[in-house]
Amino acid sequence: MSRIEIQKTYKIFIGGQFPRTESGRYYPLKNKKNEVIANMCLSSRKDFRNAVVAARSAFGGWSEKSAFNRSQILYRIAEMLEGRKEQFVSELLLQGVSAANAKEEVTMSIDRLVYYAGWCDKYQALFSSVNPVASSHFNFSVPEPTGVVAIVSSEESSLLGLVTSIAPVIAGGNTCVVLASESKPLCAITFSEVLNTSDLSAGVVNILTGNSAELHSHFSSHMDVNSLLYYRKNKNEIKTIKENAALNVKRVHIYDKIILNSDKSQSPYFIFDNQEIKTTWHPVENIGSSKGGY
Amino acid sequence: MSKKKEITKAKLDFKTDWAYAPAPEDSGHISLKKQYDLFINGEFVKPNSKKYFATYNPATEQKIAEIAEADEKDVDKAVKAARKAFEKWSKLSGKERGKYIFRIARLMQERAREFAVIETMDGGKSIRESRDIDVPLAANHFFYNAGWADKLEYAFPNRNPKPLGVVGQIIPWNFPLLMAAWKIAPALAAGNTVVLKPAETTSLTALKLAELIRDSGLPNGVVNIVTGAGKTGAAIVNHPDINKIAFTGSTDVGKLIQRSISGTNKKLTLELGGKAANIIFADAAIDQAVEGIVNGIFFNQGHVCCAGSRLFVQESVADIVIRKLKDRMETLIVGDPMDKNTDIGAINSKEQLLKINEYIKIGKNEGAEIYQSSCAIPSKGNFCRPTLFLDASQSHRIVQEEIFGPVLTVQTFRTIEEVIEKANNIPYGLSAGVWTDKGSKIFNLTNKLRAGVVWANTYNKFDPASPFGGYKESGFGREGGLHGLMPYLNL
Repeated sequence: MSRIEIQKTYKIFIGGQFPRTESGRYYPLKNKKNEVIANMCLSSRKDFRNAVVAARSAFGGWSEKSAFNRSQILYRIAEMLEGRKEQFVSELLLQGVSAANAKEEVTMSIDRLVYYAGWCDKYQALFSSVNPVASSHFNFSVPEPTGVVAIVSSEESSLLGLVTSIAPVIAGGNTCVVLASESKPLCAITFSEVLNTSDLSAGVVNILTGNSAELHSHFSSHMDVNSLLYYRKNKNEIKTIKENAALNVKRVHIYDKIILNSDKSQSPYFIFDNQEIKTTWHPVENIGSSKGGY
Repeated sequence: MSKKKEITKAKLDFKTDWAYAPAPEDSGHISLKKQYDLFINGEFVKPNSKKYFATYNPATEQKIAEIAEADEKDVDKAVKAARKAFEKWSKLSGKERGKYIFRIARLMQERAREFAVIETMDGGKSIRESRDIDVPLAANHFFYNAGWADKLEYAFPNRNPKPLGVVGQIIPWNFPLLMAAWKIAPALAAGNTVVLKPAETTSLTALKLAELIRDSGLPNGVVNIVTGAGKTGAAIVNHPDINKIAFTGSTDVGKLIQRSISGTNKKLTLELGGKAANIIFADAAIDQAVEGIVNGIFFNQGHVCCAGSRLFVQESVADIVIRKLKDRMETLIVGDPMDKNTDIGAINSKEQLLKINEYIKIGKNEGAEIYQSSCAIPSKGNFCRPTLFLDASQSHRIVQEEIFGPVLTVQTFRTIEEVIEKANNIPYGLSAGVWTDKGSKIFNLTNKLRAGVVWANTYNKFDPASPFGGYKESGFGREGGLHGLMPYLNL
């Protein structure tokens, strides 16, 4: 007698847990033969709001972790992904990606995580400055994470798009809520399992599945989101997002022209996009007759 | 008993013993025209509407000059001039571009006193501040950025920076010339051309700057200055051939601009409002902290987006800090901005004075205890006494909203956690001040305060080499320093 396979229930990822959408809604994901592969959560506005709460409460702890520690955790994510390569490849195949492309997508995702793991404790040196002000003050500027970042990730890619959008955001000490590809959502949830076993604190990354047409206006109008990244090409959604962003002066970055499988889509400047520059001044005591020199 | 009490309250009475003789700055040497036109393509041209509006001295309520009102057609003309100039300007070598900007800096230094006098006449700030801060800093911004023009490839590793094109810049009335310099200097260094609109109550120094730019030989159309109010600003924001908007002003208008350009690819930087916490710990040098509080809120009549308008004093020293602060406030001289002894000049406009007075009324109604210095203020002109609100609480409107005047709210705190929470619990995040003798505490605070500029044991310091700009609803993008070039470049 052949064994009956255990099928996976795909849920969403909020605050380090895997709940179903609070709305109870779903959408069927079909393969090329029009067979249902999975019932995905059709996330709601309320799911998004819950995820923002989780991301906000995770922000303090994550942003204050040492950069070196963040670096190790990102590397750990890569390790976990490496160990589960086959699972991701087979999920990509299931979603209609060719065998060669699936393998490339997974290895590239792992390498991209390692790339950003290395940046965690280096971009600060690149984007900081000591500013030689004319008065008797010591003055320096450093980057700090912007806060909670909402991400509408690429529709075309199941895994690489997700990694490309998340890695620079969390490498920079931000927390995020990500909308996965609607038509290729499987890897997003499996990737959540990877994140959940990589010492990444709960709530640093939250992943929803669902529909951008429904959710993009909520992503952009939420008053506790500091920054919004959009990786799709829908002009109307871009306009609405930019319009809503004005409600609380969100930073908006539209990456509609990004080519995921190119090295140009990874750089410390993607980290910088979600950084604020903070400048600190302090007086330098300048009394008495002591002079420098020998 | 009673004698002892008197001693603890003893203080210098400046009104009786230390009367200052008037020390007015001479204004005979400045040159002002009766009427100013728009500066487009290197020359002054009449506005399409033929309309002019008056600009007044807020200290005397006297009319100084008439300023042209630019409409959409004028703005279009300015943008076309800037677009045409961009072709050559962006191709000019950085070395040569820099030389023009150095020239502007030098010319401004030569004519510094004239600019200072006009700035004070038109805007109401004390001559001491315009002479010692606004004008020298404005010149320094040109000088600093000039040097970047041929070094941009060193600023951003692994990038090949390119200018954006035509930038539209809209600036406020609190630091008219300085804001023009903050905006124009990095834009030019990066190879862009400019259409700038000063605030309608303070156009004069921008127009004097236009004369200076013309004298500098800068190619026609590289800088265009159009005057007018909100409508003129909207024409700039909505012009289809502008590549970037840089705005400094209120958060409300900033949001409006962000929304207006949502359907376009225009880049944007916003320098918006603030409501900075100025935090005094028990171990601070109290006398210096009191000076810092005064400088934080009463500098430039409190018309400062980064003003330290929320004072937090640790409970154990609250009594002494507040007593010393009140004493120090008594010594502040409010009055003729042209007098070199004046500390607090005129409120920039009738409108702004009304707004400040409205907030003072709100503060009283909310139940905070008001204290105002007893100084005399001139009967004519727009003036406001330095004002404290004691026992203010976090939910008060005077604590949450930007007043933009010489009004300080005072709250006390016990623990460091409490003050961080209160300081950050506001939509703004432009600046903050920390006063303590302990270095580790400073670094703890500077890490945790969500604000773009943190002044530790000092306040309201500015420098062209130092990036300035906000977190959260105080805007995005930086001005000044290496980081200030970034918003004017495609990387």
